Amino acid sequence: MLEHFNKAFESKARLGIMSVLMVNESLSFNALKELLNLTDGNLATHLRALEEQGYLNVQKQFVGRKPNTTYAATTDGRQAFTNHLNALEAFIRTGQY
Amino acid sequence: MDSSNRPLETLTEIRDLMQRSSKFLSLSGLSGVSAGIVALVGALVAYLRLKTDALSYESTSQLSELTRGEMMRFVLIDGTIVLVVALTLGMFFTIRKAQKVGQPIWSSTSKRLIVSLIIPLITGGIFCLAMFYRGILWVSFPATLIFYGLALLNASKYTVRDLEYLGISEVVLGLISLFLTGYNLLVWAIGFGVLNIIYGTVMYFKYDRKS
Repeated sequence: MLEHFNKAFESKARLGIMSVLMVNESLSFNALKELLNLTDGNLATHLRALEEQGYLNVQKQFVGRKPNTTYAATTDGRQAFTNHLNALEAFIRTGQY
Repeated sequence: MDSSNRPLETLTEIRDLMQRSSKFLSLSGLSGVSAGIVALVGALVAYLRLKTDALSYESTSQLSELTRGEMMRFVLIDGTIVLVVALTLGMFFTIRKAQKVGQPIWSSTSKRLIVSLIIPLITGGIFCLAMFYRGILWVSFPATLIFYGLALLNASKYTVRDLEYLGISEVVLGLISLFLTGYNLLVWAIGFGVLNIIYGTVMYFKYDRKS
């Protein structure tokens, strides 16, 4: 059963990032930081890891003079996250935790 | 931090994050109650001043005490004051609730909520001004209710779902009063006053008291 758990989502922060991006089309770095209560460095590391997996789409643009980076979940990311949730659910159903 | 150790806890956290990130949940029930009270006062003032409830097209031509121009100006000023005071009080209670719960007030969700409210409201406002300008005074009363209802319906996607019921009630009331003319102020008082107060009270006991 446990092999169905996706390693990419093992940390609470990454799970949080994915959950939030499932219900929001895209979010800025600052919005994510506020929602998840993470430090800049910590959040950036997790975002990069998810991006490297191909689960996140990163868009860099400028709002006026300020750089603004927004993140969105890719189709792959949504699929992987859904599978992970299904595995969690199945695990709970067996009642052996 | 291995989350797979506590799947149930993890699922609860995921759900909470999804809710919190897509909906602005600090909307206070007291905002609705205060807006309703202000609207009732506004309708009462209008009733005392105009001494009639029938602002329908048949009767406006027969108003003797006030000229049509004076009446239009009075209704506009009264309506604007009610809107400004209701919005101010509404924001006050919502900001207070957000601070109490420790949620940010200016977030991506509150921005989305405001935009989804404001677009139908401004459309309705311009529509009513055009009706005023064309001299079709009575239409703007049901129209304000209809546009207000549509604005709430639109905004309900970004906050508590219950707002949907208030929106639908306002639209239905507005549509009815398009046909049942002659009770403009009464319908206005019910729509903006009574319905808001009922909704606000229900919301207050359902969500605010717990937190």
